[in-house]
Amino acid sequence: MLSYIARRLVIAVPTLILVSVFVFVLQKLLPGDPALVLAGEERDPEVLEFIREKYRLNDPVIYQYFHWMKAMLQGDLGISLRTQQPVATLIADKLPVTIQLAIMAMVIAFAIGIPAGILSAVHKGTAVDYIANFIALSGLSIPNFWLGIMLILLVSVQLGWLPASGYESPFTDPVKSLQTMIMPGFVLGTALAATLMRHTRSAMLGVMKADYIRTARAKGVLENAVIIKHAFRNALLPIVTLSALLFGELLAGAVLTEQIFTIPGFGKLIVDAVFTRDYAVVQGIVMCTAAGFILMNLIADVLYFLLNPRMRSSL
Amino acid sequence: MSAVISTVEPAEETVRPESRAWKKLKASKSALLGFAIVAFFIGIAVAAPILPIADPAATSWSVVRKAPSAVHWLGTDEIGRDILSRMIWGAQASLMAGVVSVLIAVLVGVPFGLISGYFGGWIDQVISRITDALLATPFLILAIALAAFLGPSLTNAMIAIGLSAMPIFVRLTRGQVLSVKTEDYVEGARAVGLAHFAIMARYILPNVFAPVLVQATLTVATAIIAEASLSFLGLGQQPPAPSWGSMLNVAKNFMTQAPWMAWWPGAAIFLVVLGFNLLGDGLRDALDPRET
Repeated sequence: MLSYIARRLVIAVPTLILVSVFVFVLQKLLPGDPALVLAGEERDPEVLEFIREKYRLNDPVIYQYFHWMKAMLQGDLGISLRTQQPVATLIADKLPVTIQLAIMAMVIAFAIGIPAGILSAVHKGTAVDYIANFIALSGLSIPNFWLGIMLILLVSVQLGWLPASGYESPFTDPVKSLQTMIMPGFVLGTALAATLMRHTRSAMLGVMKADYIRTARAKGVLENAVIIKHAFRNALLPIVTLSALLFGELLAGAVLTEQIFTIPGFGKLIVDAVFTRDYAVVQGIVMCTAAGFILMNLIADVLYFLLNPRMRSSL
Repeated sequence: MSAVISTVEPAEETVRPESRAWKKLKASKSALLGFAIVAFFIGIAVAAPILPIADPAATSWSVVRKAPSAVHWLGTDEIGRDILSRMIWGAQASLMAGVVSVLIAVLVGVPFGLISGYFGGWIDQVISRITDALLATPFLILAIALAAFLGPSLTNAMIAIGLSAMPIFVRLTRGQVLSVKTEDYVEGARAVGLAHFAIMARYILPNVFAPVLVQATLTVATAIIAEASLSFLGLGQQPPAPSWGSMLNVAKNFMTQAPWMAWWPGAAIFLVVLGFNLLGDGLRDALDPRET
């Protein structure tokens, strides 16, 4: 087990290094002199020289990369041009908001996707199956930012049930926090629910053909118990590992969802950074999401190991 | 369609896999529905210049934000432009973005996948690690970052989306190559001394075609949403040129006063993406050699 994790980690390191090279090269390809940008109104050659020295812009590119990399390993992702705050602080501030949104979306996705997938598999080939599949495909096809707009129109503008935007920390006002998170969570969760439904369905269909299901039925186990205790438990394995991999989609989906519902999270941070040409923040975010994604991949692999008794014996 | 079928004798013992795929595809109602939706949107996008519709850029201060009516079927926008006309012209931007970015992804990704899988060794290691690195960044975040660095325009959005979708095709092609490269006919081609390039083009590429076609169809769907997302964020098609994503971007500022501005572009994106997804799913089922 440990050697397996170690092997995965060894592969993850060069991947992360490559991501960092991409991110760094992108910045270097930007037109214009960064010293001029940093200097702002100032055009004094001495100031420019000072800035070039300070940010090591006179060094060879490869030195600059290593310097940048070293700082990053110490948790220094640079300074935001716009707010003058450390990028790491900005990300650390916004991340919990997005994580809260992501958890909300996951809960909703599980609540819809898994029962729908089971129903669809159990009633394979019937109207239930077709309807569930069509809804799932629609969920995958609907642009979530449009779904968000439509929900705001219906739920907030027409019915006035929920606030259209805003964010409240769950620690200050849990009820309001939940109210502001339900719609964005649903919007972000729909595509996930659809993916989960389709995977649950195919995993269940695979498991239902197994010998132990026939045995369970033959010895007279109630059909519902066969489905839940025997089939679903075994189908759960790919679903759990898939969930860890969906994390990346959640982060990407959050960009637009947060934009629609004006939630001050990670996604809004990257959009604001893009529009103010705050490249240090964009770089920091890309590095962080890549690291997070690789970590989730690793967790998915480990979960697969832990959840599968047959794999456990091979430790 | 029927021409392909009719060339094959029905009594023939070994039915060509393509014709079997066609039959399966034509028998699938959902694939046909997908095809019809896609064909409809391509039709109106191509016919946009000759359709009897208003100029998509013509503004009129007398009909600002008017609800759908007999004159303006889908209503008018914030500066009095006809939404139906902008929708039809916007179809061009969306479909082109979807198709061109996937073409970029395929034309870059497939050769790299071929080389990576065929030659193996350090070349494979390098290409695979780069692919991993690109796949490690969520698709849309990578596309947003690239579009931000390239600068906002429809062309750059297509490049950004194409490059973000590319690693999927590298990985898919590589896997496919690995599964066929030890086949006897490939070994045989090598034994008779064919050049690597000829072997790849003649014996390996045809095996890659079906899965790449399926993936490409499904990726067009993803790419159309990605283009709409980038345009929605202001990183794609620039005003005044119409695009469904940028129309939604404007519409969200008039949600209470003119909700119809938001209805149509989103519904169109949804429909066309659904069409490509249905078609892609149908193709996958039809081309899957395991089921008959």
